[in-house]
Amino acid sequence: MSKHHVSTIINGEPVEFLCEPQQTLLDVLRDELNLTGSKEGCASGDCGACSVIVDGRLVCSCLMLGVEAEGRRITTIEGIADGDRLHPVQQKFLEHAALQCGFCTPGLIVAAKALLDENPNPTEEEARYWLAGNLCRCTGYDKVIRAVLDAAAVIRGEAAQ
Amino acid sequence: MTFVGPKENLKVVGTRPIRPDGVDKVTGRAAFGADMVMPGMLWGKIKRSPHAHARILSINCDKALALPGVKAVVTRADFPDVPPELAYIGEAPANLRDLSRNCMAKGKVLYEGHAVAAVAATSPAIAEEALDLIAVEYEVLPHVLDVEAAMAPDAPVLHEDVFTLGVDPKPTKPSNIAKRIQFVKGDVEKGFAEADVIIARRYTTKPVHQAYIEPHACVVSVASDGQCTIWSSSQGQFMVRGYTARIVGADIASIRAIPAEIGGGFGGKTIVYLEPVAYMLSKKAGRPVKMVMSREEVFRATGPTSGAVVEVKLGAKRDGRLTAAQAVLKYQSGAFPGSPINQGCTCAFAMYDIPNAVVTGYDVLCNRPKVAAYRAPGAPIASFGVESCVDELARELGIDPLALREKNAAKDGAKAVHGPTWVNIGYVATLEAAKASEHLKSPLGPNQGRGIASGYWHNAGGESSAAVHVNEDGTVTVTGGHPDIGGSRASMAMMVAEVLGVAYERVRPIVGDTAAIGFSAVTGGSRVTFAGGMAMTRAAEKVVEELKRRAAIMWDISPEAVEWRDGKAYPAGANAGSFEPLTLAQIAAKAARTGGPISAEVQLNAQGQGPGFATHICDVEVDRETGRVKILRYTAIQDVGRAIHPSYVEGQMQGGVTQGIGWALNEEYIYDQNGRLENPGFLDYRVPVASDLPMIATVIVEVPNPRHPFGARGCGEVPIVPPMAAVANAIADALGVRLRDLPMSPPKVLAAIDAAAPLAAAAE
Amino acid sequence: MPRLNFTAPTTVEEAVRALAGAPGLAKVLSGGTDLLVQLRSGRLRPELIVDTKRIPGLIGIREEEDAFVIGAATPGAMISACEPLARAWPGVVEAVDLIGSVQIQGRASLAGNLCNASPAADSVPAIIAARAVCVIAGPQGRREAPAEAIPTGPGQTSLKKGEFIVEIRLPKPRPREADAYLRFIPRTEMDIAVVGCGICVRLDAHGLCRDARVVLGAVAPTPILVPEAAEALIGHRLDAETLSRLDAAARRACRPINDKRGTIEFRTKVAGVLARRVAAIAFERAGER
Repeated sequence: MSKHHVSTIINGEPVEFLCEPQQTLLDVLRDELNLTGSKEGCASGDCGACSVIVDGRLVCSCLMLGVEAEGRRITTIEGIADGDRLHPVQQKFLEHAALQCGFCTPGLIVAAKALLDENPNPTEEEARYWLAGNLCRCTGYDKVIRAVLDAAAVIRGEAAQ
Repeated sequence: MTFVGPKENLKVVGTRPIRPDGVDKVTGRAAFGADMVMPGMLWGKIKRSPHAHARILSINCDKALALPGVKAVVTRADFPDVPPELAYIGEAPANLRDLSRNCMAKGKVLYEGHAVAAVAATSPAIAEEALDLIAVEYEVLPHVLDVEAAMAPDAPVLHEDVFTLGVDPKPTKPSNIAKRIQFVKGDVEKGFAEADVIIARRYTTKPVHQAYIEPHACVVSVASDGQCTIWSSSQGQFMVRGYTARIVGADIASIRAIPAEIGGGFGGKTIVYLEPVAYMLSKKAGRPVKMVMSREEVFRATGPTSGAVVEVKLGAKRDGRLTAAQAVLKYQSGAFPGSPINQGCTCAFAMYDIPNAVVTGYDVLCNRPKVAAYRAPGAPIASFGVESCVDELARELGIDPLALREKNAAKDGAKAVHGPTWVNIGYVATLEAAKASEHLKSPLGPNQGRGIASGYWHNAGGESSAAVHVNEDGTVTVTGGHPDIGGSRASMAMMVAEVLGVAYERVRPIVGDTAAIGFSAVTGGSRVTFAGGMAMTRAAEKVVEELKRRAAIMWDISPEAVEWRDGKAYPAGANAGSFEPLTLAQIAAKAARTGGPISAEVQLNAQGQGPGFATHICDVEVDRETGRVKILRYTAIQDVGRAIHPSYVEGQMQGGVTQGIGWALNEEYIYDQNGRLENPGFLDYRVPVASDLPMIATVIVEVPNPRHPFGARGCGEVPIVPPMAAVANAIADALGVRLRDLPMSPPKVLAAIDAAAPLAAAAE
Repeated sequence: MPRLNFTAPTTVEEAVRALAGAPGLAKVLSGGTDLLVQLRSGRLRPELIVDTKRIPGLIGIREEEDAFVIGAATPGAMISACEPLARAWPGVVEAVDLIGSVQIQGRASLAGNLCNASPAADSVPAIIAARAVCVIAGPQGRREAPAEAIPTGPGQTSLKKGEFIVEIRLPKPRPREADAYLRFIPRTEMDIAVVGCGICVRLDAHGLCRDARVVLGAVAPTPILVPEAAEALIGHRLDAETLSRLDAAARRACRPINDKRGTIEFRTKVAGVLARRVAAIAFERAGER
């Protein structure tokens, strides 16, 4: 079984890796590139813990093959903060206690960032439906949604950072 | 030093600081079970039974061993036999022999998914290929899944050496009924004879899974001298160490278990599945072995909670006073004995002061995975039955459900059905808060209904250790022994900061591995804030005493003449001398010269945990044409004693409510006629998603528990106890139709609506 | 996941050659949201995966004079974002939008949904109702087939070895013609449809239905056109009697199974309910055009 050589851009940096065809992008991120922030919760696209952004679209990295990443721009949880400056979504998650065990948190944050990139003024219902693909078993989603709506206000300049 | 008293005096406890592990968790840096890598690491995978019940005739691993890249294969033959002793290491006592056989089947497979062999190889793909090359011959046996079918005298028997405990005379024939227990108060026959109204109902539930988003994962490294490191996400590193050591036959001291961050447990990670197997693979291969379950494996092979039958009979006077209560609970234990039948029985009527009651419980074997603890184990199932029945009684009597509960509420001094007399409980406070709530007064529209239900969990104490170290710069490192599943690290730091009188940011909490801190029992039972917090507080108090002693040395006065206030040592009164106060940092800087490092460690077995009570209000809307139920509004009211960090207390309430809603509406295990699980994934095992729910209002009631330094009670488990009945009662209010079988999924709701339709039409 | 070979051709002809020439099972990869799940579960063990996304035209939507042409591998998110398409065929776009989560939408394609041939596929009843036509490339060249001709049973299609869908053509709606789609799921998102219903109606100036296509999903081995249900609508306004006949016709057409997602009884009943609700939306939309 020969490996494929893939060139891609991850969190703004050019990255090359070798992988077998059956390895998913999630497998590659975690096992080849040591980017373990994206999590495997189900490997079937039902939980969203592996969410990443590929060429501007929110996707499940467990449903993409590593070889498909050739030439693509990928953003993972590790690329959401700007150095040591947290993204407003990350900051508001902390302030609102929108995480308990924290396992679904990377996927939720990537998904929430994707939401706010597309719609900076979502209603509660829009935020809930957008995030329906991210399962959380700890929080009941209440504080998550509050954090996302508050982060949206910050991004729109209507609330303090 | 006890702090139970006005909250206004507290500076840190009761506030909402950011948790210390928060930044790591929102940036993806936090290391969970599957995130560890060790040099030379192999990948381990488990071969699992496709049959629900079968004898293992032979296992041939030759082809697997010959596959290039395979470094070890283990079967039952590699594991020592373990005597059937009970170990009190985890949340509930576990039979070590059963636990060992659950990790690797011996002689028989008892459920689809039961482990029969394992391999370690240089890549996950090779490990999977190797599994296919292991040839297992089975003799398939008849299986039984349903709890009452398993109790029938002609049911296929899982264990030839299980005879029903608690039955007199002792049975001679093996049975799937592992035990029968009973709790009796007063004279129930007399009580029913006195009743004006008696109702008897039968409720059923399906098994549901804790459904933590992180599958079980570990990396285990066994060196050639037998020294072992286990990295795993669990609800207790001491539990992991203890169970693994017993199952593999190693000294406890030879194992160092490091707690990874844990991605949810809810009780399901208070036992081991992978660690002993990874241990054996690592020992044989001479290299570390990583094992991570797939989601499918989590569903097929780890413990859900019981499916059950709950039969409730209530007798009451016309004015609503309960005269007698009876419950029969039949709980599945799965492949080995040990359902939460005890807690089911003791929690069933806990909210009520009833003069006469009998609760009988059965622990029943069946060909499903061995049940594991799931958040207030046993209580939600019993309460679904009892709280639905109380609601039905209220309707029968024409009394408001809240008023009926108030009339019979357990209060201080009343005796519970299972024996103890209540002291310092806050159930009535939750009822009063419910009565006063705006939610209760808000109007409802067509096809909408409101349900009320209460819940109870006894919470737990137990063994905890904590260490508080004062660093040279006056910051403080605190080491606890409890994995943090819900924000407890923050609470520990807050309690220590409060005692020391320093800022929260100056206290850094960590969860220590088994070599770094004294024995601590699992994170579970709603015990960490209580017992862990108690150990932390006592350790901090000891440090304060030591700081005072050091200040006395620095001032050359007697230690009795020193006070500690607001993070500083003060001379106690003018006679002690006029010295400038010394801050913790100043004392710390001179520690070497005044006696050495300033630290304290406390180990205790916490007693005096305060039970928790809750009352929930749920509004639903039902689509009469499809049976779909929408949760419109939910308020959870709970007595937590004292909320150390209110945001995380609210979070526990909201999370427990959500799991209860899922249990009520859509979650269930679906089996085919071969005993194989048809929905081992999140597509068809339907947990609530964000769009299914409204905001969940929480009302924190604080009736302090005087046995905890800050008055805290456990809070994590009570919230899952009321929701199923709250939803069922709301549906009954909306439709006039009562559902008694969980989950209340659309086909069942629609069938109930259609069944009642001719009656409704006739009534018009 | 079992091992396999992978190729990403850059022309249709290359893809056809790869698919036709594979000794074992070869599968097209567009969005991968069904395929990877099936690879992982072991339900499918292909020897070769052919990724069609690098072929020009396979991703993208173009508007021709009489049709919208949707590249076979176009992700749902792109379809939902196409305003002219959403205005023309709101039912189709809504149906596509219902497939899974936002993450799934970022990848899942119309052709993938169709060729995966789940009886419960969300977009399929809607595109059949809208008279979609598939353009298929294969060893014998190109051919066209209506969308309803593709699925032949659960997981089975009429495509021959070496064939794959290149694009899907949706004709422009005629005057006073509109569509709608609804599905029933137990939660609010993330479930496979227990019943799906897509309806397209064309009204005359008086609001009477002149033409209709009623398609049900998840109640038979493939999505089914229900001519009897269409006949219940044609020549009528959507009044109580029409709705009742529509409901009954929809129910009579159902041949569902009992499975973990629904019972025969439930699916049949809800098929009738959905048909009524979908027809109401389609009539209203058509009336507004």
